[in-house]
Order: sequence, then C-alpha cells, then structure tokens
Amino acid sequence: MSEEENIYKNKSDEMAENIIAAEGESERKDAPVNGEDEAFKNGESLENRVKFLSPMRLVMKRFFRSKLSVVGLVTLIALFVFSFMGPLLRFIPGLPVYESQWIDRTPGQYKVINTPYDYTDAEGNKYKAYEYSRERNRFLNADGQPTAKHILGTDNNGYDVFSRLMYGGRVSLTLGFVVVILETLLGVILGGLAGYFGRWVDQLIMRIVDVFNCIPTLPIMLIISYMLDANGIKDMAKLYIMMALLTLIGWAGVARMVRGQILFLREQEYMIATECTGLSVSKRIFKHLLPNVLPQLIVSMTLGLGSIILTEATLGYLGLGLPAEYATWGNMINVLTKEVSYWGSYPCQWVPVGICIVLAVLAFNFVGDGLRDAFDPKMKR
Amino acid sequence: MFKYILKRIGLALLILFGVSIIIYSLVKLMPVNYITDKFQAQLLDGTIKQEEVDRMLELYGLKDNSFLGICKGYVMWIGNVLKGDLGNSFKYEDKVSTVIFQNMGISFGIAFVALIFEFLIAIPLGVKAAVNQNGVIDYTSSVLAMIGTALPTFFFAAICIQLFSVQLGWFPVNGLQGTLPNDASAWVKFWDKIWHLVLPVFIMVFLSVGSLMRYTRTNTLDVLNADYIRTARAKGLPESKVIYKHAFRNTLIPLVTLLAGTIPGLFSGAMITEQIFSIPGIGLKAYDALKAGDIPFIMGYNMFLAILTVLGTLFADLMYAVVDPRVKLTK
Repeated sequence: MSEEENIYKNKSDEMAENIIAAEGESERKDAPVNGEDEAFKNGESLENRVKFLSPMRLVMKRFFRSKLSVVGLVTLIALFVFSFMGPLLRFIPGLPVYESQWIDRTPGQYKVINTPYDYTDAEGNKYKAYEYSRERNRFLNADGQPTAKHILGTDNNGYDVFSRLMYGGRVSLTLGFVVVILETLLGVILGGLAGYFGRWVDQLIMRIVDVFNCIPTLPIMLIISYMLDANGIKDMAKLYIMMALLTLIGWAGVARMVRGQILFLREQEYMIATECTGLSVSKRIFKHLLPNVLPQLIVSMTLGLGSIILTEATLGYLGLGLPAEYATWGNMINVLTKEVSYWGSYPCQWVPVGICIVLAVLAFNFVGDGLRDAFDPKMKR
Repeated sequence: MFKYILKRIGLALLILFGVSIIIYSLVKLMPVNYITDKFQAQLLDGTIKQEEVDRMLELYGLKDNSFLGICKGYVMWIGNVLKGDLGNSFKYEDKVSTVIFQNMGISFGIAFVALIFEFLIAIPLGVKAAVNQNGVIDYTSSVLAMIGTALPTFFFAAICIQLFSVQLGWFPVNGLQGTLPNDASAWVKFWDKIWHLVLPVFIMVFLSVGSLMRYTRTNTLDVLNADYIRTARAKGLPESKVIYKHAFRNTLIPLVTLLAGTIPGLFSGAMITEQIFSIPGIGLKAYDALKAGDIPFIMGYNMFLAILTVLGTLFADLMYAVVDPRVKLTK
C-alpha cells in the first residue's frame, strides 16, 4: 500500500493539511475550481470532499466489478422471479399457466411414433411417411407435445410442465436455505469451540468430524428416505425433514473450516490485545473472532445453496419417493429413470428442468466465487 | 514416520468404529427388510405361517429392533467383522466380501481409465492456462470447471445418450454387452465391451476434468510467483525450460498428493453413472441392495466406502511427506 493511501485513511484535518503540503494545493485531484475555496472558508473541511468507503461498500464495489458474479446474481433474481411471480400469471385468463396440481383432462393427442421419413412404394412413387398412434387417451392429455396451451407440453400424469417448472423452483430454490442455515449454525458452534479451546475439546470434536466425513452421503440419504416413509412422514414434510437430516452430515465440513480459520486468527495480534484488555471469553469469540470468519462462511453458504439443489435433484432422481403430484425439480427430473425410449421421445419433460437446475447451481456458484474474491482484502483491484 | 503411521492407523480404527455404530443403527432402523419382503407373498397365500417368518427373522437377528436389540446385533456384527466375516448378503446369496470383490473390478476399471484421461487432459491444459493467464485456454478451463460442478450426472448422461446413442446411433444405450454372434472371438467381445464403456467414461471425465484443470492452474500460478522461478528467469533460462523444468515439477507436488488420495476412492463405484448405463458394478449392486433392504450388504458396502475414505486421507498425508521434503510427519 502506498504512502498516499495511508494518509487518506486518516480522517483528521491535520492529515488533510499534510496532503496539501505534500502534493501542493494546485495538484490535488479535487483542486478547487471556480472559487470552490470559498466553501472551505465557510467551515467545510476537506474530509467532506474525500470519499471514504466502508468495508461493506468496498466489498459491494468489488463484487459488482466482476462480470461473472453480476451474471450469477441476475440469473438468480430471474429464477426467483420466474418461480415466485410466474405462477401468479394464472389469474390472468388466457395465459398458459395453471395450478401445480391441475390435470389436463381434455382428450390427448395422437402420438408420433416415428420421425417423418421418405417412403417409396412398389411402383416407385415417393412419399413422405408420418406414423401416428391409432389410439389416443380420451380422458387425459398425457405426454402432450408443446402447444400454445401447454408451452412445454404435459407430463405423464397430464400436468402442465411449464407451470410445474415454476412451482418446482419455489421448493428447490428455497430448500437449500433450511439446510445451509442449520448446517452453518452447528458447524460454527462446534468448529468455534474446537478452534478456540484447543486441546482435548479440539481432539474430541475433530474426531467426530472425521467420523461424519467418512459416512457416505448417498446411501445414507436413501436409508433415511425409506425410514421416513415407514414412519408415516409423507409429502413435503418428508422432503424438509430429509434435508434437515442432511445437515447432520454436512456440518462437519463447516466445522473444519471454522476451526482452521479460528486457529489462524487466534494467533493474531489483535486477539492478544483483546486478551490484554480483559474482555470476556464470549465477547472475544462472538465479537472479535466470528466476524472475521464471516466472509468465508458467507461464501461457503452460497456455494452450499447450489450444491443442495444438486442433492435434491439427485435424491429425486434416485427415487426420493415424493408422490408425483408434488412439483420439485428433483421430482420432475425423475422421468429419466424410465426407459430411454420414453424420455427420449419427450425431451420437453426433462430438458428444461435440467437446464433450470444447472442454471441455478451455476448462478449460486458464480455469486459465491464473486463474493470470495470481493471479501479477499489481498485482491488488488 | 513409522510411529506416525501407526498412530494414524489407530485413529483410523477409532473413526471406523464410530462410523460403523452410526451406520448400523441407521440400517437397523430401516423399515424395508429383505426377509419380510421376500415372504410377503407366501404369507398372504397361506403357504407359510407368520411364526415361521418370525423364526427366520430371529435367526438373522432382525427381529428385535429395540435399543437393546440393536446393541446386541451390533456387538454380534462387529465380533464377526473382527474375525474377518462381513456376513452373507440376502439378495445376492453369497458372502458380502465376495460380492464386493467380484463387482468392484468393473467399477475400478471405469474409474481408473477416467482418472487417467482426466490427468492426461487436465495437467497440460492447466499448466497452459496458468502460463497464458486470462487467455483462451484459461477461460475455457474455468467455464468447463463451472459446468462440470453444476451439471447433474444423470442429466448430462441423458443428454449424451439422447444425442450419441439415440439420434446418432454411435454408441449403445446401456449395458455392457451387445448382441454378438455365438462364435465371436475374444477380441470382438473385448472391443464390444470397450465400446459400451466409452460414454460412461466420457461423462465421468467431462464432469471432473474442469475442476482438476483449475486446481493445476492455481498451483502453477503459485509456483510461478515463487522466488526460484524469478531466479531461473534472471539466470537467462529460456521460458520453456523455466516452466517445464523448474515450475512443472513443483506443480506436481499437490497433484501427486491428490492422486494418492483419490486412488482408494476409485473402488467405490459410481452409483448414478452405473445405474444410468446399467453397468453391473458395485454401485449398482449397492443401489439394488439398498432398495431390497439387504442389511448385511448395505453394512458391508458402507463400511467399505468408509475404509476407502480413511485410506484416501492417510495416503494423501503420507504422500505429501514423501514428495515434499519440507514436510515432516511428527505429530
């Protein structure tokens, strides 16, 4: 850091005079123009003209400078608006948006069996051949192709895919917050204790962390899913409880990170200073240590939100067992467990969902990475 | 060093003990139960009586699901494990260890080939990306890494199957074996198998190559900022020598550590990839066993995974000390 910046940091008038002395009045960047000097005479001091940025403002400024993080933020906002505002469009008549459990009971379409192909008959006449099914479902518009009435078609149960994409987003985008908040709370408390007290507390907690690190996530989640089924916990409650239980595995990573950070910070001079001034332990931890861990925590929480969306999708894919009427992105992508010939014919049922999942995860990752860079004081810009 | 290893192994045993307790109690609380599932139909027919099923449950130690019962079951289980017996799988009707060892070969094969490709692609490109920072390769690698972490395996696999198998017809959709004539030579059979594995391996490589590339890039950047690189340049060495001789070797330190840490994990099987392509690896077996409530196999498989994880961290730490002479293993 150059000397000049050092000087600007100090707010006192004395320093301001030093600047003037060092740089020469006329060469100041904010050199008075058109009699601005008069303003100084009226009691306005120089410090009003120098812009000071609070740390938060600095972070914001750095964050918005990176293009990727802005893209991520915009995508996220767009996805949230799409999921939370989109379904409200159903109150406007004429728009192809429906309630999440509305089933289209109009007669279905004739299904395309084969892509159009060239056909030559025995006499050598050439035709374009279209193959359609002879029968159609007369009571349910299932597996419909995209039309004006159903932008992305309908799924196997006659639900409108486009509307459910919005409702699914409501669940999938917000689900992560439950997990991440719980996980962080648990991780901060235990990791903080381990890092601050050291010795046997550290040993004990870190061994527990090791144990949880070794537990394979996917099989355990499947087991838990079966357990909840059997205990009569159904529907959305099941999903939320499952996600809450995910924290039992996920806190270990947070705790490890917090502990490492605190071990490092504990040795810093300012912590010795707090000890010398005789501050209480709780004050030292919560006022002086934790705020310094916060940047990393915020970053890991943001990245965590993205990974939870992936987890939900994976669990949905592996058969989390939510009934089909509940729209979540994971539940919708469950189509892919059927045979290839089925989902191959109806890409509209799974491609948009997949794209939404990827977009959401990417956006959370972009924002997280942007925040990491923005919080890092060593970053040059 | 020897003392350190001993201490780590002791700790690992302690950790595995903890893991086994947690997994065992979870598995025991699982409502699906192979025996009841299997005899459900016969019970309804009346060909078998409830008492007989109960006796069967008792025999396999599945009857008592109270706290005490679970404790008793656990003690029995761990006693057998210490004797080297993981029990018999209900579903596969064989020893758990046999089933695991028989099926992990194919999983390991796929993962190993994928790993080789990942390293072969990621290391040169990562170094290139670091040397031309903010260049085309650099941006490509970051975009790849981002997409790789954000794409769910099954979604990407579905797209690949739809594109390459269904539309273009280049690769088989799933399975390990195509329809071959009876008298097909071994070479043809082998080639057929390889052909079936191209897509799964491609998907595994694509999804993880980006992050490895990023990792190599970060490390190379760190090394390139070191003093000895400046010295090398000041000596007037050509840039290629600076990078490929002085920088590259030091870039390898964290990569070798990473490699050592990954190798045990290769045996664990990729549950989702195997399920999509119906490759009969250990991941698919475990998934089926989970659905069927095959308690001994689930326990065995989960413990197998835990052991692999413990081994991975141990290898990584040891390797770190081996390749980097500055690191001393004391504590």
